[in-house]
Formats: sequence, structure tokens, C-alpha cells
Amino acid sequence: MSLLSAQGISKQYNGLSALSDVSFEVPPGQVRALIGPNGAGKTTLVGVLSGRIPPSSGSVRFAGQDVTTWPAHKRISQGMGYTFQITSIFADLSVRENVGLAARRHQKSAAVVDALVEEALLKTDLWGRVDDVAGTLSYGHQRLLEIAMGLAQKPKLLILDEPTQGLADGDVESFKRLIESLRGDVTILLIEHNMDVVMQLADFITVLEAGRVLFEGIPTDVKANALVRAAYLGGGDAET
Amino acid sequence: MTTDLKKSVILHAGVVLALFVLQFVLPAYHHGNMARIMVLASYAIGYNLLFGYTGLLSLGHALFFAAGLYGAGLAMSQFGLSAGPALVVGVVAGVVIGAVVGGLALRTEGVAFMIVTLMFAQAGYLTILYFGAYTRGDEGFVIEQAERVLLGADLSDPLMRYFAAFSLFCAAIFTCFLAVKSRFGRVLVAIRENEERASMLGYDVAKYKLGAVVLSAGLSALAGAGYALLFGYVGASFASVQYSIFPLLWVLLGGAGTVLGPLVGTVFMFYLIDLSSGLTTAYMLIAGVALVVLTVFAPHGVMGEVRRRMWRWLP
Repeated sequence: MSLLSAQGISKQYNGLSALSDVSFEVPPGQVRALIGPNGAGKTTLVGVLSGRIPPSSGSVRFAGQDVTTWPAHKRISQGMGYTFQITSIFADLSVRENVGLAARRHQKSAAVVDALVEEALLKTDLWGRVDDVAGTLSYGHQRLLEIAMGLAQKPKLLILDEPTQGLADGDVESFKRLIESLRGDVTILLIEHNMDVVMQLADFITVLEAGRVLFEGIPTDVKANALVRAAYLGGGDAET
Repeated sequence: MTTDLKKSVILHAGVVLALFVLQFVLPAYHHGNMARIMVLASYAIGYNLLFGYTGLLSLGHALFFAAGLYGAGLAMSQFGLSAGPALVVGVVAGVVIGAVVGGLALRTEGVAFMIVTLMFAQAGYLTILYFGAYTRGDEGFVIEQAERVLLGADLSDPLMRYFAAFSLFCAAIFTCFLAVKSRFGRVLVAIRENEERASMLGYDVAKYKLGAVVLSAGLSALAGAGYALLFGYVGASFASVQYSIFPLLWVLLGGAGTVLGPLVGTVFMFYLIDLSSGLTTAYMLIAGVALVVLTVFAPHGVMGEVRRRMWRWLP
């Protein structure tokens, strides 16, 4: 059974259709990438899945429950971790407290919270900066802190919205290693521009174009598909 | 973390101890002042929980202070309750009104929240005037000395009054300290820092904000009820907009989002006006200049600057 499933999602903004009849399923344990050219509706779809944007029609199921009408915080408390496309951290609080807030939502015991914080920060290579004020971290480290906050929630599904955006090459490499190390433990929905990252990490890829699902398949099939090539990979949008 | 916790426990226990000892050394005039300051600082502590820690600026807290003041006062004057139960009635009145006003006002945010809370407080003020037959309106009413007895202690006696004010202040600062160190308080700070992020970590932000309003209103009402019992006067001026602005000023001066800030700000403001009015009739000019200077050179308030420059661990 799917961990996350979207059925017939449509979204109109003032008559303008951002998504039309999008359906897709993410089975547990998969690393799923969601790609598409700018304006394809990726951000809107993620907003609908996470509960930040109400859909015009269609339904979302998560972990066996219909969550279509649930507010975002309720979905998250049921195991849907979310990291922001534009870094959103508690800039004036310490790195420890940033991750601590993420862990404390589902854990009462201080010792368990400390352990979760340490584990998440070790995984993201931020343990050495645990007592720094989050706002003083470099951009790349703030992106990693976002992911650490996602990990500390021990989510069933981790939604990563453009995690490598603006990262230096070296940081992208460590990001790839990080996702590899999570493979199998947590289901990941990766919204990503960087095709190199997508092809290397994703088990399965959903391609959106103009608010519709254009194609779904494993990375080699996506690469080989003529429609995808025409719409996206062959176009000027692709970054390698 | 644990050494930081130790340091802050020692500091706050030290301040509380100093306040306790002060009653034996202060001359009568300042003795009376300090009792009043401790009650008003308790009010400011309640305000600070919402403004300083949660980041919600209310301009209507006089409503909650007055709920405690009138809740206790009317319970005694109209229903003949003794001091103890009256105090409870005052706090309950504040909590209930806090829940209702919070439930409605929290549908708005930012400037709209300020205006809505201000309007509710004005409605409360006008309600007190409207029911002048019971509240005696602007003139207010006095609670007889004979009735101001709590657990066998005569609260009109200066020594007892100081001790009662001290106990009230201890209850307020202890509640604030615990709240700030708790999971609840840390979520409030997270909401202040980045509300959207807090929500996207799975916290029900609306519930936490309502909790903050109710706790803040409850503490403000406790201070109001204490004021009625200790000083024996209940009047509509305490429900006026001035008493909504005061706690904001005290907290800003002392340091928003610090446990000790409300006390420091209340002492500072009280004696600023007290001393400058002894020098000149234009004392508000002196007070105004002092406030401007402090705002320019210590925008985070006294304790806020202390935290920024010396003691980063200050809660």
C-alpha cells in the first residue's frame, strides 16, 4: 500500500489552472523525485500534499488516512516532514534549539530529544556547530540545518523542496551521500532541479509539465523518453 | 545547558531573596512603594509572557487586570465572599475573559490584533461604567479594612502587605520561569521567531497562542485581584487604556522576553516618575527624555542588553 497517494488533484488560481487531475502514489521506502520545468506546478503540488495549499478538487491520503482537509501541522504531526525551499529556520536560536524543537514535538523525554538532536546533526555534519546561533551559519549549512530539522522529526515521509538550490558543488556531493545514507529508513519525496542529483538518487521519477503528469518511470526510462526530452531535458531548463 | 540553568536559578533566587530582605531595611515610604511595585511587576510578568515570549502585542491587557480587580472586588462587595475565595474568583474571571477574547482576537494578527484587543478592553471599561450601580464607575469603591484578611493576615498592615505582595510576585515569577523553561514556553519562543516554521514542524500554533493568552490573562488577573485585596481600592481607571500601555512600557524598558525584565522596568518607571516629580512639575518631560535615551541606547531593554552583552544564558 502507498504511503502517500494523491488522486485527481486540481488547483485553479482565479481561473488559471496550476494543476489538473494529478494522481500519483509513493510506496514506503522509495526515494521519489518530482521534476518538471519552471511553472510545471511542482511547488503547488507540494503545497497541496503538505497542507499549505487547499486543492480545488481531488484527495490526498497519507499513511492510510484521508488527510485532504487536515491542516499542515496535523499532517506533520502524523509523520510528514517538510523542509522549505526558501530556508526557514529560527535564526536567533541556537542550532541545538532549532533541531530540539523539531524533536520535542514528538518526544517528551529530554534524553531522547538530546539523542535525536545529536544523531540528526551528526548525519548532516553540523554537530561541531551545535551551539552556534543558527542565523550565523553559512547558506549551505542553513540548508543542511533544514534537513536536520526534518530528520529529527523521525518522519515517515520526508519532503525535500529544492534541497540543493544554491549549494556549492562540494555541498551537493555531501547532500547526495546524506540521502544515500537515509535510503530505506525513510520515504523521500524530492523536488529537485539538479538532474545529476535526481538521476543518481531517485528510485522513481514523476515528471510534471503544465500542471499534468507527463511521465512516470525509473531514471533510465525518464532519460530515454522522447516526450520528457522534448518538454524538459532537451529544453534550456535542464541543469546538469 | 545544565550550568546555564544553574546560573539562572541562582540569579533569580538571589533577586527573590533580595526582595525578601529589603522589607527589613527599607524606610516606610519605599517599603510601601515596593509592595505596590511587586504587584504591578507581576502584572508586567503576565504581559511579558504574551508580548515578550510569544511576540503578540496586546493593547488591551487592562481588561485582564481589571477582570481580576473587579472579580475579586465585586465578589467581596456584592456577594460577601472572604478574601481567599474572592482572589480565586478574580483569577477565574481573568482566565475566562482571556479565553473568550483570545479565541476571537487571535483570528487576526499584527496591527489588527493590537486594535481588536484595544477595542475589547475599551468595551470592558465602558461596561464597568455602564454598571455604575454596582461598580460605582469612575469613582470606584473601597474594600473595608476588616474584610481584607487572608489566611488570618491583615493585608492592610504594611508588613503583611509587603509579604503578600512578595508572595504574589514569587508566584508570578516562578510561573514565568517554569513556563519559559518548559516545552510549552519554548514553542512560544519558536512562534515568536518564525511562526510558519513552528507550524511546519507540526505544532498547532493556534492552540499554543491561545494558551499563551490565557496564561498571560490569568497572571494579569492574579495581579489585579491582589491589588484589590492589598490596597483596598477598585476603580475604573485601572481598566482604562493607560493601564494597557503601562505593562507594555515596563516590559519594553526592562527587557521583553526576559524573566527579570518586567521587575526591572516597573521599578525603573515607578521611581523615574517618583523622583522627577519631586524635582519639578514638568516631571513627565524628564521621564520622557529618560525613556527616549533608554530606547535609543538599549533598544532591547535593560535586561535585554545585559543578555546581549554579558549573560547569554539569561532566560
